[in-house]
Amino acid sequence: MNVNGEPVSADVEPRTLLVHFLRDDLGLTGTHIGCETSYCGACTVIVDGRTVKSCTMLAVQADGSDVTTIEGLAADGELHPVQEGFWERHGLQCGYCTPGMIMSAVGLLTENPNPSEEEIRHGIEGNICRCTGYHNIVRAIEYAAAKMRGEAPAPAEWEEVTA
Amino acid sequence: MFPRSFEYVAPADLAEAAEALASAEFAKVMSGGMSLIPMMKLRLLSPDLVVDIGRIPGLDQIEDRGDAIAIGALVRHAQTAASDAVPAALRTAAAWTGDAQVRNRGTTVGSVAHADIAADQPAAVLALGATMVARSASGTREIAAADFFVDALTTALEPGEILAEIRIPKAGGGSAYEKLGRRGGHTDYAVAGAAAWVQRSNGSISDCRVALTGVGTKPTLAEGVAEALIGTDGSPAAVEAAAARATEGVTLLEDLYGSEEYKAHLAKVMTARALTQAIADA
Repeated sequence: MNVNGEPVSADVEPRTLLVHFLRDDLGLTGTHIGCETSYCGACTVIVDGRTVKSCTMLAVQADGSDVTTIEGLAADGELHPVQEGFWERHGLQCGYCTPGMIMSAVGLLTENPNPSEEEIRHGIEGNICRCTGYHNIVRAIEYAAAKMRGEAPAPAEWEEVTA
Repeated sequence: MFPRSFEYVAPADLAEAAEALASAEFAKVMSGGMSLIPMMKLRLLSPDLVVDIGRIPGLDQIEDRGDAIAIGALVRHAQTAASDAVPAALRTAAAWTGDAQVRNRGTTVGSVAHADIAADQPAAVLALGATMVARSASGTREIAAADFFVDALTTALEPGEILAEIRIPKAGGGSAYEKLGRRGGHTDYAVAGAAAWVQRSNGSISDCRVALTGVGTKPTLAEGVAEALIGTDGSPAAVEAAAARATEGVTLLEDLYGSEEYKAHLAKVMTARALTQAIADA
């Protein structure tokens, strides 16, 4: 398979989950393991252009696929617009859900470049965050969506509060 | 957390898959793996052999066959949800299955074959009067949706059979799916869900099927509702009266998400909502 544009090859047991292959065999520990039961989305990566939960996919199912992990998003030292959005709009606190949340946001914006707030909230319903209450994550994704459309993002809420 | 060791094959076609399935004592078919892999990780299931049909070409199509819409074994929930060829009840049920990542990998046919008691799409295929096409080493067998769901996680499929396709008759009429999800709104499995299909002629309801999910021991046709609605004008009063019979003959099941009484109430509410939309769509 290709991981972040690099061809990789290995013999694995059929029961090896994609997330373990990425983390343990390839050392790409940016993809997190959260709930282990397909609920939390911390392990989200992109396989052949679609978001998947890598704890619920066998590595052998990804044989021959193109896989993108959080490590593969930034290019030439520049953050991906979604990463920049999470930075600029404080879309994280502890950071555990963040890689999966960012990959889901990338998947969402690929399919829908101009999502409403409701569409963003539904788009990330497969990703659970226990810190933020999601509010700033939604703002971060709105920021990224604007950037990716070539528009200026709306100012941060804390900048609007000037009386 | 990972499954017990198993053998894995990825056959090139359905004939080879059926042969592989028959070759092991305990083999399971995997399409997207969204139900099978979690069960294997929790070690609720430990098959000797996993037959991964995910690489078989040609199964990922939604085809118009003239008198029916055929959904192949590898059509993902997201594909079903986005297809104009698919009747509204199934399209909606697919759109409300799992979350974005699950809808990208999980398949409509796989969800139906898995037959979770609170899954969305089994109710839709029941209401739409679908035909299940099972493939085995000895050939192909057709099973009516009404005969397919036997019990919780149990279908009429025999151990050597693969659910290869679901055919939905192009019977016209209107359909809809309504649910309350476990996480509120339409998210997650159904606390209660109802799929409805209705046909109208000369101002009255000439045919109707309603199916429930989440409230009982299996996805079930609510036959009393259809009986009550057929022949009426489909007015709000007729819908209310018919929906009141939603749980007739249904074995209700209390779970973490609600008592039998609550489930019975929701079944009626969801039935009325689904019928109202289906009638408007007919």
